[in-house]
Amino acid sequence: MNPGEVVAQTTTFTPIEQFLNALINGVALGAVYALLALGFVIIFKATQVVNFAHGALAAVGAFLVASFATVLNIPGRFMPSAPAWLRWSLSAVCALGAAALVGLLVERVFIRPMVGEPLFSVAIITIGADIIIRTINDDFVGQGARSLGDPWGINVVQLGNLRINQTQLVTVGVSIICFLLVAWFFRSRLGVAMRATAFDQEAAQAQGINVGRIFAIAWAIGATLAAVAGIFSSLAPRANGVSNTTAFVVFRAFPAVIIGGLDSVIGAVVAGFLVGIAEIVIATYTSSYANVVGVGFGSVVPYLLMLIFLLFRPYGLFGTQEIRRV
Amino acid sequence: MRGRPLLFTTYQADAAILPTTTKKVLMFLFMALAITLPLQLVPGFRWLGQNEWLVILGQALIFAVGALGLNILTGLAGQVSLGHAFFMGVGGYTAVILGGEQTTSLVGYGLPMWIWLPAAGIVAALVGMLVAPTAVRVRGLYLAFVTIGLVFVGDHIFRNVRNVSGGPSIGREWPPLEFRLWKEEQALISFETDGPWLGIDLSSQAKKYLFLVLLVVIFALAHKNIARTRLGRAFAAVRDRDIAAEVMGVNEVRYKALAFAVSSFFAGVAGALLASYFGSRIPEAWDLLLSVQFIAIILIGGAGTTAGAIMGSFFVVMVPRLVQNLTRWMSDLTDGQGPLSSLANFILSTGPTDFGLVGTSAIGPGLSVFQLNLVLYGLLIVIFLIFEPLGLFGVWLRVRNYWKGWPFTY
Repeated sequence: MNPGEVVAQTTTFTPIEQFLNALINGVALGAVYALLALGFVIIFKATQVVNFAHGALAAVGAFLVASFATVLNIPGRFMPSAPAWLRWSLSAVCALGAAALVGLLVERVFIRPMVGEPLFSVAIITIGADIIIRTINDDFVGQGARSLGDPWGINVVQLGNLRINQTQLVTVGVSIICFLLVAWFFRSRLGVAMRATAFDQEAAQAQGINVGRIFAIAWAIGATLAAVAGIFSSLAPRANGVSNTTAFVVFRAFPAVIIGGLDSVIGAVVAGFLVGIAEIVIATYTSSYANVVGVGFGSVVPYLLMLIFLLFRPYGLFGTQEIRRV
Repeated sequence: MRGRPLLFTTYQADAAILPTTTKKVLMFLFMALAITLPLQLVPGFRWLGQNEWLVILGQALIFAVGALGLNILTGLAGQVSLGHAFFMGVGGYTAVILGGEQTTSLVGYGLPMWIWLPAAGIVAALVGMLVAPTAVRVRGLYLAFVTIGLVFVGDHIFRNVRNVSGGPSIGREWPPLEFRLWKEEQALISFETDGPWLGIDLSSQAKKYLFLVLLVVIFALAHKNIARTRLGRAFAAVRDRDIAAEVMGVNEVRYKALAFAVSSFFAGVAGALLASYFGSRIPEAWDLLLSVQFIAIILIGGAGTTAGAIMGSFFVVMVPRLVQNLTRWMSDLTDGQGPLSSLANFILSTGPTDFGLVGTSAIGPGLSVFQLNLVLYGLLIVIFLIFEPLGLFGVWLRVRNYWKGWPFTY
């Protein structure tokens, strides 16, 4: 069977295979959620800002990749003989750089003027920023879905009865690379400075750390991670490109942030995978009970999980307990 | 001004809603203007009395009811809630179950408005009380996420109860606003037809507008009274330092539950009114954007103040329409000569090849008018929060203090 051939699914799964299939899809979705949650938590830890504009940043990142890879063809036009995946990957890296710039821009324009204002106001400003960025991005994307031009498309890898999309393998692989890069970053000089800022801004400033620059870098990293997540949520089998609804995937990643703990980097990654796996597994096993729980119950699962978790651990799995003094 | 208007000698005078003579006079004039608006008596405001503007004003009044509710929860009691759309949906669907028409696929009992409108509020308030314990368990921005989750869970439920909501993208019809005693053929007081009331000829939009003005007056009075009595003081204590309030004897659980209940009552009534006013609604309409609109309304208007909530809702509802008129005026300008016309030409794009920031045709570059509204709306939120955190009420305070102290500058 050729890799590009689409074969109708006629075989039925054994229970083990059904579970493994759901697990694999769940891990791929969980990788997207983990990337979004990680970017969100990095921004929150470093700048104390709840960033409701994360979805818009993801959509902008996906659109930038679509432009760089197909319309602008940078840097593919300079190396026409290179293999397709290399050209696309380099385009994606350039687009990620542009996405980091967008994150920097958002920080300077929307967040910097609000230094010292209550955190609730800053969170609402990010909602306003989300509306603005998302609408302008929707205008550029247009109606329908804009393909990202990735070389894997709908190709699958066949393992017995299971079909794994190549894009899912790439998703998990790239997200693991991203997590390792972030872990390495936090050990570098700049990363230690960021951890110091997250711990105590005033003390970090007293140590000579340029807190304003740390804010900018945190937003750039957050926007880049959001862009990576946006790319992978726009590829098959989840979608056939970036569209007006790409930004809404982030609303299902917010429960992952809460379950992991708003200020825990490890929690974000762990909870992201947890929520993704739970969503797909529960959706698979309740698909035959649609008249009880409703169609599309899978997309509600993250929120129900969040509500249940918050009853037992209000600060998330790994979040720091808040000590409140009067 | 005669005497010393701010010298209060009794507690009642200090806590009064209209303490000074100036305020009493201004409020009387304002109410007179609001009630006689459809008659187009006052020069300068005649254009507002036209039917198309009365519809917009009616929508603003319904939003004002909802905004007053959210103001109690977020402005007075300090509980950040992005779940207002959910409670509005609950109220709306209660109203349609009790008051709507029974068909083969939809549930409805056809009861009169004096049953379904309060019931919408009461059921929403009960649901609000159920949600309240989570507000005690989680705090601050965690609560914002919980309420976002509530909106999405509600969206899922509304889309799937097809015999109540009509199903996704289909929706159903809502009972019209009118007074019947009990399911008679002819309504006692109907808002649907143009016709005379007490001898004065009014259009149906004018009748609905007057009814909504009455409702907003009732709810604004309720809000003001909540804010200036014991309940409001308890809410303010919970907002500022809930642990200290608990130590002082303000039961946190009880007052947070009360805040959610009262706010959800307002939201339920507003949701039922909104759906009935527009005739029909699809279940996806109770989404996060509606909640964000209300947060924007109270922040733009001024959180915690009655006048702020009402001013904010009028501002947020009327600005898109004014922008639409502005765009239409600009597109008329593009045919002319002169600097204004070239500016209009630059901003507008009339076809697929014409450059512009705002597009008036369906294809071609530029934001559509709907997208322009959204961008402006986001910009309003950002600008008000950066430059005037107290909102329109803050702007009013600045203007008033300037004139109070004139000609002295401080």
